[in-house]
Amino acid sequence: MTKKTHVTTTINGEETEFLCEPRQSLLEVLREVLDLTGSKEGCNNGNCGACTVLLDGLPVDSCLVLAVETEGAEITTIEGIAQQGHLHPLQQCFLEGAALQCGICTPGFIVGAKALLDRNPDPTEEEIRFNLAGNLCRCTGYDKIVRSIQEAADRLQSAT
Amino acid sequence: MNTPVPGSQYKVIGTRPIRHDGMDKVTGKAKYGADVKFSKMLYGRVLRSPHAHARIVSIDTSEAESHPGVFAVITTSDMPDLVDKMADLGEGVVNMAHLGDNVLAREKVLYKGQAVAAVAASDVHVAAEAIAKIKVEYEPLPAVTWVLDAMREDAPLLHDNVFTDDMGKKSDKPSNVDKEIHFLKGDAEEGFAAADVVVEREFKTATVHQGYIEPHVATADWNEDGNLTVWTSTQGSFACRAQVAEILQIPISKVKVVPCEIGGGFGGKITVYLQPVAALLSKKSGRPVQLTMQRDEVFEGTGPTPGSFMRVKLGATKEGKLTAGEAWIAFDAGAFPGGPIGPACMCVFSCYDFEHAKVDGYNVVLNKPKTQAYRAPGSTHAALACETVLDELAEKLEIDPLELRLKNAATEGTRRVDGPVYPRIGCVEVLQAAQASDHWNSPLEGPNRGRGVALGFWFNCGLKSSASAHVNPDGTVTLTEGSTDIGGSRASIAMQLAETLGITAEEVHPQVVDTDSVGYTDVTGGSRVTFATGLAAYKVGLDIEGQMTSRAAELWDCSPENVRVESGVYSHNGDSLTFAELAEKLHATGEAVVGRATVAPDGATNGFGAHLVDVEVDPDTGKTTILRYTVIQDAGKAIHPSYVEGQMQGGAVQGIGWALNEEYFFDDQGQMKNASFLDYRIPTFLDVPMIDTIIVEVPNPDHPYGVRGVGETPIVPPPAAIAIAIHNAVGVRMTELPMSPPKLWKAISDQS
Repeated sequence: MTKKTHVTTTINGEETEFLCEPRQSLLEVLREVLDLTGSKEGCNNGNCGACTVLLDGLPVDSCLVLAVETEGAEITTIEGIAQQGHLHPLQQCFLEGAALQCGICTPGFIVGAKALLDRNPDPTEEEIRFNLAGNLCRCTGYDKIVRSIQEAADRLQSAT
Repeated sequence: MNTPVPGSQYKVIGTRPIRHDGMDKVTGKAKYGADVKFSKMLYGRVLRSPHAHARIVSIDTSEAESHPGVFAVITTSDMPDLVDKMADLGEGVVNMAHLGDNVLAREKVLYKGQAVAAVAASDVHVAAEAIAKIKVEYEPLPAVTWVLDAMREDAPLLHDNVFTDDMGKKSDKPSNVDKEIHFLKGDAEEGFAAADVVVEREFKTATVHQGYIEPHVATADWNEDGNLTVWTSTQGSFACRAQVAEILQIPISKVKVVPCEIGGGFGGKITVYLQPVAALLSKKSGRPVQLTMQRDEVFEGTGPTPGSFMRVKLGATKEGKLTAGEAWIAFDAGAFPGGPIGPACMCVFSCYDFEHAKVDGYNVVLNKPKTQAYRAPGSTHAALACETVLDELAEKLEIDPLELRLKNAATEGTRRVDGPVYPRIGCVEVLQAAQASDHWNSPLEGPNRGRGVALGFWFNCGLKSSASAHVNPDGTVTLTEGSTDIGGSRASIAMQLAETLGITAEEVHPQVVDTDSVGYTDVTGGSRVTFATGLAAYKVGLDIEGQMTSRAAELWDCSPENVRVESGVYSHNGDSLTFAELAEKLHATGEAVVGRATVAPDGATNGFGAHLVDVEVDPDTGKTTILRYTVIQDAGKAIHPSYVEGQMQGGAVQGIGWALNEEYFFDDQGQMKNASFLDYRIPTFLDVPMIDTIIVEVPNPDHPYGVRGVGETPIVPPPAAIAIAIHNAVGVRMTELPMSPPKLWKAISDQS
């Protein structure tokens, strides 16, 4: 058993402390230590994006981040996207637009799309495809994901 | 969104309600297989063969067993001996003894990645350390990974107990060819003699994987009383139960399978891999054990769809009437017998009306992972061959390719080469919709651009489905079903119950439950769930309506025949109660209303789809870009059109990946060299355009709402359509999948 390290982070707005081994990824700690299983493991090597979380506002594959690296960081996972009992427009539009089939890639897409809309509120189809090219979906053929992100962008813009 | 479609005879069917399980899936709350956790749970890892073919001389687990944090180590010696026993898992028949060998290798390993031993430990890292300490001595044997090589007399023999089954007749000596299929209709020679034009071509396709994003996962808890519970990601909880019980040689009643949310399957999550292993580790350690695969294990250790060699010959008169077809198809089965050679032979000419046709199929074992079902198994390969040759015929005859297909399209009454006569089908309507589409009628201009069209077919299974439902006092209905929901089927099944009862989709609460909590239900596969489990839901609705009518008659002191039911409103002589009002009253006045149904529909339905694609080829690199794509398909009746479109779009994109990128690269030692998502290269967001859809509705006469299965057909036409489009773009006939840049570049270079 390797000696564990104490890490203090902010996860979904709450200060969170955990113990982890140096070899544990952020994804493993989220899922196995903190019971935040919304981030999914599809490949464990940064290929699929199903484990995407926001690390200090930027989307990262949490399987490629060591948990010990997150000392002092601010992390947002899929569990932190809905606020005060209200779905984020992306979540609502994914539901209405049937942008998920099996749903295993959905948390990664929603977190990744939120990062995109946070910095580019009105992305083109090409920009959506380019920015989320690291998120794989095997069920939908991506069409309805594009449309749902565009619809969410429209709703967010008309709300501001 | 969820408002009745104007002019529709239905109030719920054809609308687009939010799926019932959607909220949990967009918030991260849904529990997939790897999300179940128990106190004291252990984590496992599997040791896999580094060789494509080898005899296992010895296995020494002692160092692994004494590794700190290890609670159990198992090998095949912990598994009961299995005898040959054939079992139908819903999308294919398997020999349980072979299945057991595929779960943990016995005397030989037959492919790289085959499971050999497993460990349960305090965490995955400790388990990984421990499997590295298991010492296996192998005696490597020559391996074979190309289907035609494996058919040769001098090929390395994989099994000394596999004999060729030639339409029921067994060969005298063991062979790598486990099965031959021969279909004959009319006299092919006579048909070709009557042809003005004959085209014949040979095709090769690479092994490709379903590529679901969620790796296989199973958690098992073997109790002291001998009862085993398995939480897993599976397309069929009952199929999983049957396999686990058989492999472990325990009564089926001792096994409960709890289907978790499933992160994709496409046919690949019907057979078991980890479930019996997790069970044995649990038995040995006395703790719950969770096993998950890494992505390379998914590629190397689970079943892809066959690589193939095919030869197709078609003849036609100068007027464009097909006179004869001949197909010779060899599929690799992977390491053990079984596979989709049957469906391939049934599908190859299934779109057309042939007077004369001959089909020969061969199923061949070789040193690759055992193949499993993959979305319309066998039909995509077959369509590549048939549709490409048909396109060449159209070119030679100077007939429009859609016209040629229409002239020969199968219709009601057409007898397929493999025997069945079609009932009402929508093949012609699909072609007509393609002809009338904006895509087909829009010009395509520019250099190195081409358009292709191809037709595809898949049949849908009936099999068995059960469902029950109870009426709640507030007028909602809780629906219990056994079909695991891969892509929105809770909604499509609940909607059929809602329509039947005259309530809204939201007033039905569908639950997918474990094998102890619902009647036997076959796999989510064969495009059967919306059709067959939907039929069960309809019958549950009729049962509930009958009970509600009788109880209303008691309330109103009349006979049930005099109670009128319309759109969920029950009335008699001026008395009238809505479904919800009646539900509340009945709760207060007597027993609960519980409906049940179980079905095994005889009729398989038939789904046809036509795909249109525009491509642009870069002649300097051989890269093909998809510019525009339209999927046209007969859904019978689209219950939830968004999810029907989703199946059409998703299937098309899987087919695009199969056509252009995806393949297992094997070296000469049978080692897969690209076992990661990025190297295997399924289509990314950037690789594809929007996918347009046109839903055609030719109702299935064997279903109360006209449903035909839609899930599988969409993967069938893409490789053919793209090959044809590439031909029209740059003039080369591609006959090998994938049509990846190096191959296409070479073909273009050779041509010039």
